Amino acid sequence: MISLIQIISTWTIPVLIAFIPLYASLRKVPVYESFIDGAKDGFQTAISIIPHLVGMMTAISMFRASGAMDAIIGLARPLFESFGIPGDVLPLALLRPITGAGSLAFVTDLIKEQGPDSFVARIASTIQGSTDTTLYVLTVYFGAIGIRNSRYALKVGLFSDFIGFFAAVAACWLLFGLV
Amino acid sequence: MVNWIWMGMIVVSVIFGAANGKMEKVAEAAFGGAQTGVTVCLGLISILVFWMGLMRIAEDAGLVRKLANFMAPVVRKLFPDVPADHPAMGYILSNMSANLLGLGNAATPMGIKAMQELQKINPNPTVATPAMCTLLALNTASITLVPTTIIAIRMNFGSVHPAEIVAPTLLATLVSTGAAILADRWYRRKNKTPPTMTPKTTLPHREGAVHPVSLSKPTAPIGGG
Repeated sequence: MISLIQIISTWTIPVLIAFIPLYASLRKVPVYESFIDGAKDGFQTAISIIPHLVGMMTAISMFRASGAMDAIIGLARPLFESFGIPGDVLPLALLRPITGAGSLAFVTDLIKEQGPDSFVARIASTIQGSTDTTLYVLTVYFGAIGIRNSRYALKVGLFSDFIGFFAAVAACWLLFGLV
Repeated sequence: MVNWIWMGMIVVSVIFGAANGKMEKVAEAAFGGAQTGVTVCLGLISILVFWMGLMRIAEDAGLVRKLANFMAPVVRKLFPDVPADHPAMGYILSNMSANLLGLGNAATPMGIKAMQELQKINPNPTVATPAMCTLLALNTASITLVPTTIIAIRMNFGSVHPAEIVAPTLLATLVSTGAAILADRWYRRKNKTPPTMTPKTTLPHREGAVHPVSLSKPTAPIGGG
């Protein structure tokens, strides 16, 4: 099952890259010119995201460097541990929605320190893999089209991250047993 | 809300920095973060340029529209206010399939293309439409079948079963995606606004009335042309 999925995910992209121009050529589309036209848009889009990402990354790294994040985690730790959620996994709940690279670094560190097959590392891996970086996705997607008022989108994303965190813990309990 | 979070994080950081005597670190982090932002964007350039070029070919060949027609019944329920044959539907579908297969690099440009298409039927280009919020919700929750990066890291550190987290990951991602869709539905219902429309106004319209602004032609400031 897993190897099949892995084959699909390695084959899809090359096949897609070959299929699209081939199909278009048969429909008499000037494929190279089309490609260049679209590619120019890609560059514009990437450049237009820069201010958004710089703004967010600045705030996030200040927040982490000042010790504010550690303080919040320290406050919440006893509450979580009373529910049987390992305290070591807590920073991830905060990091995951705001920084993909930061949370990946945290998970990697946890796997290294506690061993990849420890309960904490399993939970952390599940959290990391089961959701995307809400703030980044919002910044990039809405930044690219110049949306300034994101309405309720952030609340929905954070709510789903919150539920996802507990779902990940519960799924690990369920599948690997209580530790 | 983004305004408050952003401002809050910065102000709280400075207060904590002062209290912890970490002012120097905070200042360093501000510029370090700015640099990370640019670096991430530079990394995105190659991916965006390539995929958006490829997708333009697909669009010119009519592939995106075809995909939209084919799969529309499935997605129409989630995006009731996007016309079924609108190219946005095709991009939304490509974005969702790429997410599912764990092709993050391909999913982002497709998602952005979908957003740009949705922006074309947005009566107010600076305010997100319900459809945009739904698409964002699906992407922040991101259903993934194979969390490749994590499996690779677990393998690196000598896990006995590096892929054993696939099952709990799938469970968790289903629950969080379900939560995202429900929350999105709830907010949609709560802030009912005039639905977005195509300039052609060919769709049967539930509220009956044509929103006055929908006939102007709002184009995406970036990428739209």
